[in-house]
Amino acid sequence: MRYLTAAAFACLAGAAAAQQTDITIGMQLEPPHLDPTSAAAAAIDEVVYANVYEGLTRFGPDGSVLPGLAESWEIADDGLSYSFTLREGVTFHDGAALTADDVVFSLDRARAEESTNAQKALFDAIDEVTAVDDLIVEITLKQPNGALLFNLAWGDAVIIDESDVDTLTTSPVGTGPFMFSDWVEGDRVELVRYPDYWGEPVALEAATFKFISDPTAAFAAMMAGDIDAFPVYPAPENLAQFEADPRFTVLVGSTEGETILAMNNGLAPFDDVKVREAVAHAIDRQAVIDGAMFGYGTPIGTHFAPHNPAYVDLTDLSNHDPEKARTLLAEAGYPDGFTTTLKLPPPSYARRGGEIIASQLRAVGIQTEITNLEWAQWLEEVFRGKDFGLTIVSHTEPMDIGIYARPDYYFQYDDPAFRAMNTQLNEIVDPSERNEVLKAMQERIAENYVNGYLFQLAKTGVADARIEGLWQNSPTQANDLTGVRWTE
Amino acid sequence: MRALVIGGVLAGLFMLAALVSFVWVPHDVEALDIANRLKAPGDGYVLGTDHFGRDVLSMVMVGARVSIAVALVAVGIGMGLGVPLGLAAAAARGSLLDEAIMRGNDLVFAFPSLLIAILITAVFGPSALNAIIAIGIFNVPVFARVTRGAALSLWTREFILAARTAGKGRARISAEHILPNVANLLIVQGTIQFSLGILAEAGLSYVGLGAQPPTPSWGRMLAEAQTMISFAPHLALVPGLSIVMTVLGLNLMGDGLRDILDPRIRRVRA
Repeated sequence: MRYLTAAAFACLAGAAAAQQTDITIGMQLEPPHLDPTSAAAAAIDEVVYANVYEGLTRFGPDGSVLPGLAESWEIADDGLSYSFTLREGVTFHDGAALTADDVVFSLDRARAEESTNAQKALFDAIDEVTAVDDLIVEITLKQPNGALLFNLAWGDAVIIDESDVDTLTTSPVGTGPFMFSDWVEGDRVELVRYPDYWGEPVALEAATFKFISDPTAAFAAMMAGDIDAFPVYPAPENLAQFEADPRFTVLVGSTEGETILAMNNGLAPFDDVKVREAVAHAIDRQAVIDGAMFGYGTPIGTHFAPHNPAYVDLTDLSNHDPEKARTLLAEAGYPDGFTTTLKLPPPSYARRGGEIIASQLRAVGIQTEITNLEWAQWLEEVFRGKDFGLTIVSHTEPMDIGIYARPDYYFQYDDPAFRAMNTQLNEIVDPSERNEVLKAMQERIAENYVNGYLFQLAKTGVADARIEGLWQNSPTQANDLTGVRWTE
Repeated sequence: MRALVIGGVLAGLFMLAALVSFVWVPHDVEALDIANRLKAPGDGYVLGTDHFGRDVLSMVMVGARVSIAVALVAVGIGMGLGVPLGLAAAAARGSLLDEAIMRGNDLVFAFPSLLIAILITAVFGPSALNAIIAIGIFNVPVFARVTRGAALSLWTREFILAARTAGKGRARISAEHILPNVANLLIVQGTIQFSLGILAEAGLSYVGLGAQPPTPSWGRMLAEAQTMISFAPHLALVPGLSIVMTVLGLNLMGDGLRDILDPRIRRVRA
């Protein structure tokens, strides 16, 4: 027995002496490809954002906008032109130096007519991008835009090299601290440290992103140590066990994910605001949070993140009141309720939340036919086809209240007054004035009961207790590994 | 005989539970009670509650109803189509019709049944009805083969010859003389197919292609319990054991019935 203990200690000592310099990150979904500038899939940014690609500005762990490839910038007094100074000595992973021309190319490509960029609206305000000299880029705007620096921090606005355009989807070449090494489809993406990185060298030598869609397998992989960190852990019910285990830390933070019960505003009976209000009052948010997310999540009353300074708590507008819901339904001409469809994508907030909401709606007389869909089907039927009555989804983009100004968006909210507010917002630069308009916008959609606002998705991550530097919150879809290191 | 009794009791227990669920269940299975979720068995709920606070016992009872209904109708489809096909093939032995029927059977047999069932429900949408059709289709060749095989040997017997000389047509002989003589075999095969049907239904709903929520089903209960198995094992054990006991019971029953009904075995014993 003594020998055995001695051997075990020897092993432990050996492990401690050779400090680990690689990390394996677990992700639930595999990216469809690796080009963040041509698809909306969050999984792409979760691999490449800040690791492989960088933009002029970037998001910090707290959501603030920090300098990225641009060292500094000057804004003209009229707010119509921004002059960015690029960092010196920045090179792409293929050795080419970063110049102002690359920035012009990247931004022009993103906002071009035929561009497939998923967030083209980010670049709407830009009139022209010009290279003043090798390291100075000037962006002129059509009208002042207070959100430009924020917009440029998105993964959709990263800077690429013109010569790599054809291979972006399979072998990304960026300026970040890690370069792409290998992608075993269906299993993992591997990154290695880029030795000529311009910034502070990163502690990790290699990073592997492993894709595990099944929550049970994710649990087993964490427990077995095959995965070092699972930043968006798919099964909240297992978190208590990880918390009780000293080998792990549980990171609970906020995300930009407004989880909503989306109603098809273009389809009867949801084109009647009374019906939408009735649905809103039929929902018991806390029951959804407890039942579907095991208590992780913050109730919201509008489409806005509660950790944002401009947030207004409007949950009282749509408090749980089944009696009122029934009265409203009767006023709308549905005293006996009605039947509608409830189409659910795969995440547990939707599948479990859907069953809970179906039961709450049944209590006020609304019958739902639940259909479980895979993501591809959901995008096809619900998001593009608008063939649904109700659906549950989490909108994880930051500051995305602007989607309510798009009448052709899947929930089809058509409101000229809101669109006017959105246009006004885009023209304001002053932060406190912006916040006032943002508040008015939140109130407008809450009072119109456009959707059922459920809760802000919590970021529930699990990591090996010896890892530090992982983001606790999720201000954008990213697994930034630049500050991550092993402590032992 | 003992197998028949044990099997009958096990399977009968769940059939009874399914029947009782039509008139009474301890708690409403569609009403969620989040405050009372994940209760251990015994604590006001005989078999505990699931992650939505639904009573597990009630869910198993209603789930039994779904499983049994799906399997029963699927076997009905298999018998309804397979037996006439098998009788026709045997009656027209060696003809083009016989070949067509039996090669058609081989075609269906060539595919792994659960895989095709998944394909069918994926294409036509997941629902209990599509699960029934998918499972039913694969029961057709089973019954067709059993019927044909047994009928072929009967066609050479003297009493059939007598019927033919009496002027009866092939169709009439099949219905009046062949069918009653293969009924024993069909009952045994039906029991076994019934248990396979329950297993197939559980498999389909496990992957989300069977009965849709809020209708409880054993397969989906298992799938949902997976991530909670370490702190609420009863959620997986109860539906899992229900499937095991029902399928085991039906198989034992099938064995027991065969011992009693199969003329060959009976002769050996005597």
